[in-house]
Amino acid sequence: MPISPPPAGWFRAPEGYERTWVGLALVWCIIMFLAMPYWHFKGKQNSTGEAYKVTPEAFAERTKRFIEQNKTGEKLNGFDVVAPAPGSDVYLLAKMWSYEPAVLKLKKDQQYRLHLSALDLNHGFSLQPMNINFHILPGYDHVITLTPTMAGEYTVVCNEFCGIGHHMMTSRIIVE
Amino acid sequence: MTNFKENEVRTCDTTGLPVCLNAQKFIKMNAVVAVVFLLIGAVAAILLALTRWPSVHLLPADWFYRVLTLHGLNMLIFWILFFEIAILYFCGTTLLKSRLASTKVAWVSFGLMLIGAIMVDVAIFQGNSDVLMTSYMPLKGSPAFYGGIILVAVGTLVGVGNFFGCIYIAKRDKTYEGSMPLVVFGAVAAAIIAVGTLLHGAIVMIPTFLWSMGLIDTVDPGWYRLIWWALGHSSQQVNVCAMVAVWYLISYLAVGAKPLNETVCRAAFVFYILFINIASAHHLLVDPGVGAEWKIWNTSYAMYLAVLASMIHGFTIPAGIESVQRGRGFTQGLFTWVAKLPWKNPGFSAVFLSLVIFGFIGGITGVTLGTQQINIIAHNTLRIPGHFHATVVGGTTLAFMGLAYYVVPLIFQKEYYAKALCRIQPYLFAFGIVLMSVSMSFAGSYGVPRRHWDVEFTGAALGHTFDAGATFWLAGVGLGGTLAFLGMLLFILLTVAAVFFGKSNAGSPMEAWTPPLAPVADEDLEHKTPGAFALVILLLVCFMVYYFANWKALADVWWVR
Repeated sequence: MPISPPPAGWFRAPEGYERTWVGLALVWCIIMFLAMPYWHFKGKQNSTGEAYKVTPEAFAERTKRFIEQNKTGEKLNGFDVVAPAPGSDVYLLAKMWSYEPAVLKLKKDQQYRLHLSALDLNHGFSLQPMNINFHILPGYDHVITLTPTMAGEYTVVCNEFCGIGHHMMTSRIIVE
Repeated sequence: MTNFKENEVRTCDTTGLPVCLNAQKFIKMNAVVAVVFLLIGAVAAILLALTRWPSVHLLPADWFYRVLTLHGLNMLIFWILFFEIAILYFCGTTLLKSRLASTKVAWVSFGLMLIGAIMVDVAIFQGNSDVLMTSYMPLKGSPAFYGGIILVAVGTLVGVGNFFGCIYIAKRDKTYEGSMPLVVFGAVAAAIIAVGTLLHGAIVMIPTFLWSMGLIDTVDPGWYRLIWWALGHSSQQVNVCAMVAVWYLISYLAVGAKPLNETVCRAAFVFYILFINIASAHHLLVDPGVGAEWKIWNTSYAMYLAVLASMIHGFTIPAGIESVQRGRGFTQGLFTWVAKLPWKNPGFSAVFLSLVIFGFIGGITGVTLGTQQINIIAHNTLRIPGHFHATVVGGTTLAFMGLAYYVVPLIFQKEYYAKALCRIQPYLFAFGIVLMSVSMSFAGSYGVPRRHWDVEFTGAALGHTFDAGATFWLAGVGLGGTLAFLGMLLFILLTVAAVFFGKSNAGSPMEAWTPPLAPVADEDLEHKTPGAFALVILLLVCFMVYYFANWKALADVWWVR
């Protein structure tokens, strides 16, 4: 019984249903494990964690230059619309409680290298309603290689707590 | 051989086990304080549930995050750690027929933990530590906040050390023969994991504490998340271990269940010790700076051997119960033995519900969301708290409630009032927490973030409107949270009434929750358990459906790498 020392000879292999279950469970565990490397090579959605050290100031500077070079002159709700060339590097700076640039315009089925970093605290990159989520850390240039496969208007929502204005921290990605 | 001094021991009138009176005092003190923190956490919980329900939206933003900080720390740290220290003292003394290693050390542990916990709660209410439980750098709380957490961690380590002391003197004085009992083995596994966990806590909190006082410049935010989660997640694995030990204990006390094969059960605990800590990596699956290989190996707990351990316990517990029930003659069909279980015994029903909720909801969602790539469609959404409220609340807290229905009569020697309400309580709480967890999961799959005050984004320059389904499920969060709160309040009221004003049963056995079941001799135990096997096959099928459905959902989003 479980509340007193086991009788002598307790050390033995499982039998019957128990043995079958341990075997089945082990096979399932191995399948789940192999699914991840499989998807890493064959799947289209992965999180490789590609990142570089960067100071918040340097990243802010790169973002500013990126916006200057790629803004279209168009405005949305008073924000510059920034439309980078397909295949290029895109910068998104998260800070309390907004993103820079606030509006990005991307082309469907084109690949972009999206650089994410933060000026101050941990922030989130939660693309809605697509529901793609990545973590943003200050000091890290987090690069995700993104291919929008559907057109539409999407919202980036901050989903890591960053202070009292957290719920107002959003930006827009338009895919044409 | 006994190692008790004179007047240091009593014999339990129900189980015949010796109870060390020093240990009993500290079990009582730790359990009572645990329930006080449970109450604080519960009041916070209802305020949060009613804020996330969009049509109620109770708290203002600043208080929402303050109360969220309070809720996390009081529930996940204080309630559970105090209760676990009580469990360790019980396992290290009564079950080994031994005495408490050191009264002084027990005082030091209790004092440090209590002072630390009070410091943290005071710091939160002072309003300068709205940093949530994780206090991700460089979000800054007050030094008292971090200092309090350090004191709680050190106090807990001291208590764990006292437990190891109990094991040592029991072994030295030969108070038991052969291997230690399975429940104690589980407690030892929990304690070993706790040491690693709390050391990580010290490694991350000491520099953070110094930084909060301005003594050092900065702590790397990525490093902080890595080490913090070796505290934050591993501590949940301590809970899993303690909960499983309680499952074995109560299934024996309530129905006389004995595991079919203790080698298998013990091996599963060893798997926890060896592999469970690396799973902390699943919090960093969409983080920068850690690569795919690192994420895959670690999030899989080294090829899911710790998941295997939980799947094993998920079989051995019901199989042990089925074995003894069939031995009683409930042999008809697959599930007659289930129908004949003491469902009106709140200790038993709480533990059985805990097993089912932990396995079918908490376990399945946890492994799936912690899959490296699937985490992309789950990270920091409400799916995450949907998962862990099914493990740590529907699982651990419910199991501990079940234990309380035995601890109060056996250790406090007080009887519960209103036994009819006691019988309902686990069902009410379980229903509420299941509704809330499932609702959180669905709302999260619509993209609703966790730790977020306003899904309507009031004041945002570029707002967003979630699908109507999200609002529907958020109402489910509010409703489920309210029911779970009522279930928990009922538990606290009944337990406090029993502990402080209950009728003493000293000198006689506890009043049985249900008419006693016939004892079964070892040779009459049935070793074939088709019912338990059918239950775990059902679990596996649900697991596979949920798992592959999530891969499908992932395959539908934009390409990203």
